[in-house]
Amino acid sequence: MPDEKIEVRNLKLSYGPREVLHGISFDVYENEIFAVIGPAQSGKTSLLRCMNRTIDFVANARVSGTIKVDGQNVRKIGHSFFKRLAGKRPPRFSDVFELRRAVGMVAPLPVGLPLSIYDNVAFAPRASGLTRRADLDAIVEKCLRQAALWDEVKERLHSLGTKLSGGQQQRLTIARALSHQPEVLCLDEFSIAIDPVTTMRIEDVLKELRKEITIILVTNLTQQARRLADRTMFLWNGEIVELDSNEVIFSDSPKDRKTYEYVNGIFG
Amino acid sequence: MVTNENSPDQARFTKTRFGRRTELTERIAKTVFFLMSVAMIVPLVAIISYLVIRAWPSLSLEFVLDVPRKGMTQGGIWPAFVGTVYLVFISLAVSAPIGVMAAVYLNEYAKDNWLNRTINLAVINLAGVPSIVHALFGLGAFVYAARFGYSILSASLTLAIMTLPVIIASTREALASVPMSFREACWNVGATRWQTIRSIVLPNSISGILTGVILQVSRAAGETAPIMFTGAVFFKSIERGDLFAYNLNEQCMALSMHLYTVTTQVPKVEESIPYATAVVLLGSVLVVNATAIAFRVWLRARKKW
Repeated sequence: MPDEKIEVRNLKLSYGPREVLHGISFDVYENEIFAVIGPAQSGKTSLLRCMNRTIDFVANARVSGTIKVDGQNVRKIGHSFFKRLAGKRPPRFSDVFELRRAVGMVAPLPVGLPLSIYDNVAFAPRASGLTRRADLDAIVEKCLRQAALWDEVKERLHSLGTKLSGGQQQRLTIARALSHQPEVLCLDEFSIAIDPVTTMRIEDVLKELRKEITIILVTNLTQQARRLADRTMFLWNGEIVELDSNEVIFSDSPKDRKTYEYVNGIFG
Repeated sequence: MVTNENSPDQARFTKTRFGRRTELTERIAKTVFFLMSVAMIVPLVAIISYLVIRAWPSLSLEFVLDVPRKGMTQGGIWPAFVGTVYLVFISLAVSAPIGVMAAVYLNEYAKDNWLNRTINLAVINLAGVPSIVHALFGLGAFVYAARFGYSILSASLTLAIMTLPVIIASTREALASVPMSFREACWNVGATRWQTIRSIVLPNSISGILTGVILQVSRAAGETAPIMFTGAVFFKSIERGDLFAYNLNEQCMALSMHLYTVTTQVPKVEESIPYATAVVLLGSVLVVNATAIAFRVWLRARKKW
């Protein structure tokens, strides 16, 4: 049995009076690609935002239940100051910024920050206090190579990141997400704004990356989940319909009939 | 034989009655809106040309640099000009930092709770308070309560209070124009709010922020009531061309106030002097605004998305 990287237990999330996640529980194992599929409004993006605590920025969001990363409840991060003062064992993450660096996130639409390509990738290392030029250079090159972008931009690292094409910007976003050496990488429908060829290149990158890190892939393309993932979770209206290995989910006889219909495009 | 008019392709592009009507409406609408925008220029050109023509006999650099002579019936406007520069500069030096920082808090940090809603409401209402009310407040707060007396300091602070809410509003607008996705991208890689603000939000909204601040120059320079109650005087004797003539705790002359006094309070003023004063006031405000616009164009050209 592989180790659990993330444990989600009875997670509920509501925006004001509207509950979007109705108490879901699942585990994500280390070094797997974990796909989340489901129609729009089923709570996929909200789930990711809970994991790296960017849900904090949504004013009316209320979360209950637990999400543990490496055994530490991420919802309790930042409240541990007095415990540390009392000499308790230092927790895995001492603040949410550390958590967000450990749980990277790639948004659906590419966001090139209005900085140079170099600064885009060096942004997160700098934010965490790294200043030595040589270290930054090394990180920038490594991440751009990992994101399959290095060869296209190595000549113009100091031109604007926002001037790149959509597909390049998405790979830049991935490079930026890798720049803080995450242990979990969440990709939220990363392929909706880019062409199939680039998508395939990034998928190859992901296959390569799973040797080192855990990947959570939210996608609308069931075929993408089939190609990449080890296990797939079908989320519908804020509840888990089915969660199983790909062999079961994409077989002719998954446990739930809805899964079969969704995966094969009969409903959804 | 198919004639040209009856060919199917031609028929598809022949105008229907509805098509002709929409085209007519479109033309009328365009013409009306165009005329309105032209009409807006007319009063501006009329005012400026009338002022310049009437002011012509007095207009010269000498008029700006000289002090008023013979009971203000002749001479120049130097003390008033310098006074206005002082008032505008000091008031903005106070209100711009406070306003910008307050706006950053309200736009970037504040959660939607009763305290911040109250602050928002206060800002909006403060922006709508008439200047004469600000004048009374300044008189009570700065001249008497804070014991600054009738002085440049009191007048500047009153002007600062008056321009503050507008600076907050314009700065918030500039900050809000930076796309939310930039902030989220920064938060997702573990940047704190301040790191995000410093490296992404402020560099990309600085043109809007500065424009908002600079446009307040014209407002601070033009107001008469707040400074009349708190620090501007009828006449003050200073050296011709002396830029450092005033102390903070002294009273000063100001262009707007001077315009009012030479127009209504002083008998037998040389006819062109009030007009020339108005031209100098208007001219300096327009110069500042033009600088603001040029600056904005320059920063826009460097905008990065």
